[in-house]
Amino acid sequence: MQKKITIIDYGSGNILSAQQSFIKVSQEYEINAEVKISNNHKDIKNSTHLVLPGQGAFLSCMNGLKNTPGIIDAIYEFAQIKKHPFLGICVGMQLLAEDSEENGNHKGLGWINGNIKALPKKNLKMPHMGWNITTPCNTLSNNLISQKEDFYFVHSYYFKCRFRENILAETLYGITFPSIVAKENIYGVQFHPEKSSSQGLKLIKSFLTK
Amino acid sequence: MLKVRIIPCLDVKDGRVVKGINFVDLVDAGDPVEQAKHYSENGADEICFLDISASLEKRETMINVVKETAKEVFIPLTVGGGISSIDNIKSLLKAGADKVSINSAAIKNPEIVKQSSDYFGSQCIVVAVDVKKINNNWLVHSHGGTIKTNLEALEWLEKIQDLGAGEILLTSMDRDGTKLGFDLELLNHASKILKIPVIASGGVGKMQHFYDGVKKGKANALLAASVFHFNEFSIKDVKKYLNSKNISVRL
Repeated sequence: MQKKITIIDYGSGNILSAQQSFIKVSQEYEINAEVKISNNHKDIKNSTHLVLPGQGAFLSCMNGLKNTPGIIDAIYEFAQIKKHPFLGICVGMQLLAEDSEENGNHKGLGWINGNIKALPKKNLKMPHMGWNITTPCNTLSNNLISQKEDFYFVHSYYFKCRFRENILAETLYGITFPSIVAKENIYGVQFHPEKSSSQGLKLIKSFLTK
Repeated sequence: MLKVRIIPCLDVKDGRVVKGINFVDLVDAGDPVEQAKHYSENGADEICFLDISASLEKRETMINVVKETAKEVFIPLTVGGGISSIDNIKSLLKAGADKVSINSAAIKNPEIVKQSSDYFGSQCIVVAVDVKKINNNWLVHSHGGTIKTNLEALEWLEKIQDLGAGEILLTSMDRDGTKLGFDLELLNHASKILKIPVIASGGVGKMQHFYDGVKKGKANALLAASVFHFNEFSIKDVKKYLNSKNISVRL
C-alpha cells in the first residue's frame, strides 16, 4: 500500500528539506510513498504518516498552528483518535509538551507529559548547535534507533519528560536531556533527522515502517 | 558530547563553482550540487556556499542551486554572499538553505541582524566578520574585505551577538590564503567574549592548524576551502587526526 506522508505546513522554517529527505528515503529504500507539504485537513485525514516540523520560537510555532484553521483538530484526530504514526521534529517535538517556558509560559499540545525548559548555560555555547551523540535508553522495538548515533541539533530548550517511559533516547550537553520521546504512535525528535546525513535518513525510514 | 564541526566552503559564481574540488573526477566539476554532495558523503558536517556573483540577477540563480542541493544533500547548508535584505534571506531559506551568512549588510545596517533573527530565529543567522590587523587594531572589513571600516572587531562581535546573531564566521584576512594557520589570538579573544558558536576561517595549511584552532583558539567549528579542494588532505583525514588527539568529531 502506498504511504501518504504529509509534512504539515504552518509557516515554520525550512520544510522543503524535510520533504526532500522523506522523498530521498522512499527512493533509497524503495518505499512506495507520496510526500506532500500541506495544511489542508483533507490531506491530513488521508495521510498514513504525519510530520510536524518546527523552527524558531515555541510561541510563534504554536500560534502558527492555531492560526491555520482546522489543523489542530485534524492532527488531534489523526494522532490521538486514529493513532496513526506522528513525528514532531525540533520545535515540532516541543509542541507535544504540556507547556514551554520559552519567553514566558505558553501552552503546548500536551500529548506527551512534560515541560519545555531552557538548557542550563553552564558556560556552554548556546544554542546547542552541531552534531551530538544520541544514546538509546532501551532496546524496545518501538525505538527509532538501535544504537548510538550522531545527529544534528540546533536548540536552546529541551523536553523535560514527566515519565521516564516516554524517553527513547538521550543526549548530553551540560545535562542529559531527552532527544527522542514517544508515547504510543506519537514520536518526537529534538534533532533534525533531515539534516543528519545517512543516520537521519535511517531514522526517517524507521519511522516510515511504523 | 558536542562534536567540532568541519565545514568546506565553495565559492559559487553565477550558479557555477569557481573555487571547489579539483581532484575528483566529478561528472561536472562546476556543479555546486555535485560538489556539495561529494563533501557531504565524505565527512563534511555542514556545507557553505559563498555566492560571489557580481550582479543581482545572477544571484537569483543561487536560489535554484539551493533548491537542487536540498534534494541531494542532507546536512546543514549555509549560504552567504551579497545578502542585503530580509527578502533575500527569506527566499534562500525557503529554497532549502538552513542558515544564511550576512556580512556587509550587517555593517551597513546592524538592525538587519535583529530583524532577521527575530523573524527567522537566531539559529539561521550567521554573521560573517572579516578582520585585518591595522596599527595593532583588529578592524572589520566589508565587501569581501575590500573596504576598511572603523569598527573594532571585538566590539563589533559583541554588538552583533547582542542583536541576535546565532553564530559567527570569523575570518582573519591576515591569515587567509597564507597557510600559516588560524589567527589564534584573534580567535581566542573572540571565543572568550562570545556566548554563541564561533566558526574559524582563514589560514589553514596543515592538519595541526585544525587542532590549534580548537585547542588554542577555542573555535566550535572550522571552515576551510583550498586544502580540501586540492586534496592536500581530506575531511576524513582531518577528523581521524583530531580524534587521535582527543578532540570529539563525527567519524
